Amino acid sequence: MGTWELTFAAILKILFVLLVVVGAFAPVLVWAERRQSAMIQDRLGPRRANIPLPRGLVDLMAWSLRPLQMGLVAGFALAGACIALLAVMGLFGLESVAGQSAESLYWGVLAFAGLGVLSALGYKVHRGIVDNGGNLRLLGMLHPAADAMKMIWKEDFIPPRADRFLFALAPILTVVPAIASFAVIPFAADLHWDHLTDLVHHGIAWEAVDGAPTLSGEAWERWVATAAAQGVAVTGPSIPMQIASLNIGILFIFAVGGTGVIGAAIGGYGSDNKYSLLGGLRAASQMVSYEVVLGLTVVPCFMIYDSLRLEEIAAWQFEHGWWGIGIPPLTLAAVLFSFAAVAETKRIPFDVPEGESELVGGYLTEYSGMKFGMFFTGEFVEVVLLAALATVLFFGGWDVPFLYEYGFDLPGSWELSVPLTHWTIGDVFLIEHWAVIAIQVVFFLLKVIVIVWLQLMIRWTLPRFRYDQIMALCWKGLLPLSLLNILATGILVLLWN
Amino acid sequence: MAATVKVITKSKRTLREQAYVAEIAKGLVFTMGRFFKNTFGGEERSEIATIRYPEEKRVYPQRFRGIHRLTQRADGSPRCVACLCCSTACPAQCIYIEPAEYEEGDPRHGYERYPAVFVIDELRCIFCGYCVEACPCDAIRMDTGLHMPPSTKRAHFIYDKETLLGLPGRDGTYLSANPRHEPGDPTYPGVDREKGH
Repeated sequence: MGTWELTFAAILKILFVLLVVVGAFAPVLVWAERRQSAMIQDRLGPRRANIPLPRGLVDLMAWSLRPLQMGLVAGFALAGACIALLAVMGLFGLESVAGQSAESLYWGVLAFAGLGVLSALGYKVHRGIVDNGGNLRLLGMLHPAADAMKMIWKEDFIPPRADRFLFALAPILTVVPAIASFAVIPFAADLHWDHLTDLVHHGIAWEAVDGAPTLSGEAWERWVATAAAQGVAVTGPSIPMQIASLNIGILFIFAVGGTGVIGAAIGGYGSDNKYSLLGGLRAASQMVSYEVVLGLTVVPCFMIYDSLRLEEIAAWQFEHGWWGIGIPPLTLAAVLFSFAAVAETKRIPFDVPEGESELVGGYLTEYSGMKFGMFFTGEFVEVVLLAALATVLFFGGWDVPFLYEYGFDLPGSWELSVPLTHWTIGDVFLIEHWAVIAIQVVFFLLKVIVIVWLQLMIRWTLPRFRYDQIMALCWKGLLPLSLLNILATGILVLLWN
Repeated sequence: MAATVKVITKSKRTLREQAYVAEIAKGLVFTMGRFFKNTFGGEERSEIATIRYPEEKRVYPQRFRGIHRLTQRADGSPRCVACLCCSTACPAQCIYIEPAEYEEGDPRHGYERYPAVFVIDELRCIFCGYCVEACPCDAIRMDTGLHMPPSTKRAHFIYDKETLLGLPGRDGTYLSANPRHEPGDPTYPGVDREKGH
């Protein structure tokens, strides 16, 4: 694997991150934020944007309702029949019923139940679209697309006496650092390119057998022994599942993300509007203050994880099998971090820079169209970024409970035998390397989604702080607490060693 | 008597409230409860107050003053006798009526008139209901239970006699609940040519 392949892999990773963060997370968040608030406030929220499907397709969908219904009934009926046959076999101690062995009946249950569930899902989706008169709604998730279209075609208004250059530069300065910070976020363990379909364990790779065997107890130990004998050392290129593996790691995020404050400040300055200027000033002072706290709250993490590299931080938690949130000083750090993170993204309850009741729209007052859209995108990307950072620092990053390099290893050593068959289910499930990585990526994204959801929940729960309260909370509350936390962590680390 | 002043002591914030974290948790539990109940609680448990408007419509209350209709007699002619009470009572002056005499030979000729032109400008109308109050014949009603359908053309809001006569009431009939006593009916209260008054 040469330079070209590595470059190709890097480009793929950049595309993946852009697709996930800017292409999926940011637009879906625009929708989710409104929809979630609606659900809290007993409203339906945005759900009306739709794409009218062509008549023929809708007719086809209406026609396919009947087969889907039949598939649903038939699937569950056949699955039930398989279960009944299995019960008959169990009761009378038969080897096979109607020429079918127990194994094939088990597969039958799975296959037919799967068919039933898929048909039910398809029926529900088709029914919804047909009932809407052929309008594809997707729960209202098309609203961000409609919003974006509106913003792009809106007049690109610049106030006559505004500083045209700074006015246009500000949204870019907000959105670019937020996206660039994702470069150091690891979303999975290293991918060993030459061992994609192998099983990997402690630097040794061996070929996977067909299917996914489950083992337990002695069988597992024997397996490990033979595997160690037959396996080869992991060689070849290992692709880190992050765009850039920098030794400054998290400092890069603070350095690049910190420039976001410039965007808000010059946006407020360049708008030629007193409200904008006040908003920009507020944004600048608030973000600079909370940047200090944000930096200091994560210092205990470096002291315990002993690294600034985010991939090593995630790996530490993976190796110790213990997430950062479970280590006492880091629990406090996580709470402080979450406060500082919300303040850093200038969102409710810390959204005084755009406080509508005082400053019209703060530094966003004069912005409209896609420039406003970029500010908005930047804000949501930042939300996702801080959620991803919190995931890596405190929630294990890509670590999945009981998932090891070679697959799932559930606690204990036990074995379940499936009745009527020779099958056994052990506590170890071997999974090929690529699938392990895929599971890690999915879990990482799931964790980010949960944390983002929590952030949105906080946003819709708390009322806005007064400006002096925000500053007091920062300098008199969070800052001393984080300093004390560093001290306590230092003492703990000294005692530990 | 001297005024008594009731002193209300403001309860001090407790340490728990001042620490804020517990209160945040309390608030979060509340909003999350709402969120889960409305999102995953199903039809019967969710307390969603809004509706999917154009597909789902809320029935207006029984006494809602909707767009006007002109009630009909049993033979389909308007009950209106063109007395101009409604247009006189109208504070917005949105009703225009041109009265006309029935044809010679019509039993109603010489007793009542009919509106040759009856126009309501629904854009001017303030839906106060005074015209309905003023009408002595129960000829104009606002019981259609409909609001004005929106349009981009002003002309679409000028309702002429045929349109107003063609709107049914909420019960689906074009008549009024009050029976009409025509000349010649035994119940007719007024002066009747056939009875030879």
